[in-house]
Amino acid sequence: MGMTMSQKILAAHAGLSQVKAGQLIEAKLDMVLGNDVTSPVAINVFEGCKADSVFDNEKIAMVMDHFTPNKDIKSAQNCKQVREFAGKYEIKNYFDVGQMGIEHALLPEKGLVGPGSLVIGADSHTCTYGALGAFSTGVGSTDMAAGMISGKAWFKVPSAIKFELVGKPAPWVSGKDVILQIIGMIGVDGALYKSMEFCGDGLRFLNIDDRLCIANMAIEAGAKNGIFPVDDITRKYCHNRFKGEPVEYTADPDAEYDECYTIDLSTLRPTVAFPHLPENTRTIDNVGEVKIDQVVIGSCTNGRLTDLRIAAKVLKGKKIAPGVRCIIFPGTQQIWLDAMNEGLFEIFVKAGAVVSTPTCGPCLGGHMGILAAGEKAVSTTNRNFVGRMGHVDSEVYLASPAVAAASAITGYITDPEKV
Amino acid sequence: MESVKGRVHKYGDNVDTDVIIPARYLNTASHKELAAHCMEDIDKDFVNKVRPGDIMVAEKNFGCGSSREHAPIAIKTSGISCVIASTFARIFYRNAINIGLPIMECDEAAKDIKDGDEVSVDFNTGIITNETTGKTYKAEPFPEFIQNIIAKGGLINYIKG
Repeated sequence: MGMTMSQKILAAHAGLSQVKAGQLIEAKLDMVLGNDVTSPVAINVFEGCKADSVFDNEKIAMVMDHFTPNKDIKSAQNCKQVREFAGKYEIKNYFDVGQMGIEHALLPEKGLVGPGSLVIGADSHTCTYGALGAFSTGVGSTDMAAGMISGKAWFKVPSAIKFELVGKPAPWVSGKDVILQIIGMIGVDGALYKSMEFCGDGLRFLNIDDRLCIANMAIEAGAKNGIFPVDDITRKYCHNRFKGEPVEYTADPDAEYDECYTIDLSTLRPTVAFPHLPENTRTIDNVGEVKIDQVVIGSCTNGRLTDLRIAAKVLKGKKIAPGVRCIIFPGTQQIWLDAMNEGLFEIFVKAGAVVSTPTCGPCLGGHMGILAAGEKAVSTTNRNFVGRMGHVDSEVYLASPAVAAASAITGYITDPEKV
Repeated sequence: MESVKGRVHKYGDNVDTDVIIPARYLNTASHKELAAHCMEDIDKDFVNKVRPGDIMVAEKNFGCGSSREHAPIAIKTSGISCVIASTFARIFYRNAINIGLPIMECDEAAKDIKDGDEVSVDFNTGIITNETTGKTYKAEPFPEFIQNIIAKGGLINYIKG
């Protein structure tokens, strides 16, 4: 019986020629990731079991991104603990303020993950790197600690759902709309414990940033990982960037899938997920009149250069609606520089938006854009759970950068076509 | 730890990690501080109501969202002896085992059992008994090595022996 792409990567890292869904395996890791929230818990576990070395100081990444620049004393203590640990064990890929970015924007950009990699990260959106043809999945801090010590993790081999993407998306339809559409269709547990494998000739219309966005939100359908085949778009992105040796895996023609869906990208419309679940999706034509107080453009989902370019295209020469705060978060220092050099910041600031340093802050209600009771935000982030961006009585509407920017101009959730 | 018995705190579908432990409290790794805010955004009174040994019951996709291990830590430290759900989100499932929080997947029990019921769970047999109604349910018990991880209080203690 054939294997899926995810199964092939797992098999190779477990030293097996064949694996099947449900099988428990132990596999070697190419990268173990943590951030300023999850690493302190992992370090406590690491030290609690009296470990005195890491398996490979080049295969661990620690990114101080959630509550940085430190939002309070406790956050500062957490970063200090991680900084000292990284110093003691000479962790090569420790990224502090000045070098850091939002972890899932940063690791691909730095070439630390690539085709064929097996990655675990103590952050649920670690599934992002599937866009590059890697198997990557989120775990907790104990698994991170065990990974840092042993360089291995155990996995239950997942079954998969196949999504064949065909056709060409219309202008203003992006990767975000594709993944929101899919989550709306299968639900927030529609891919529970499974791989989401994307394929089809529509992939050629999805650039790396679109794919990173789609894979990023696989977890919002409950998936273990989301993964794309490696093609020329991936190869071009990884060329002279990926520090490892790329290995291209392809699903066998007779691989088994639990379900197969075909999605015609040409039929998709800009899509919005209403509170309080990513599955509560409506197309832009059916949103009705939703007045908003805040717009957030950025995050590990949509804080990349093409996202900012789209936002700038919509905002150019326009003004943010009175009473709306528009906050823009480039994903990394490099994206920040590129956006500045392209003149995007001038467009944003003249429109009345603010541009922040990279941080996860507002996405998870950490800092830099917390909502008050009763407030509504349109956000290009990935979750709209109760209280996600602040007060338990606030609301988050998930959308693409184009919809978010258009909504910032009108003060209501708006079709980018109409501004 | 072969069985537990306690009073039920009941929730619905898709209880996410942001309501289990809101991110605004993730600036600490202190188990006690996390437990003090457990379930705050879905059930403000939970921390006042919960008694050691109580059981949490919810429906599908419990623990969806973030990978924060702080979520099962907060639940365990609050005194909850077992979480029963129709299904668990996968990272939460893994984290619960890794930190030694007993969990049971049983759709029928999860749907039937009501808030305030007295429930007992036998981890060896997977039998869940609603002591209030007398009804019993059969969940798949964990294999012995997973039971041992949980009994030792988590993966690290298990490895240390």
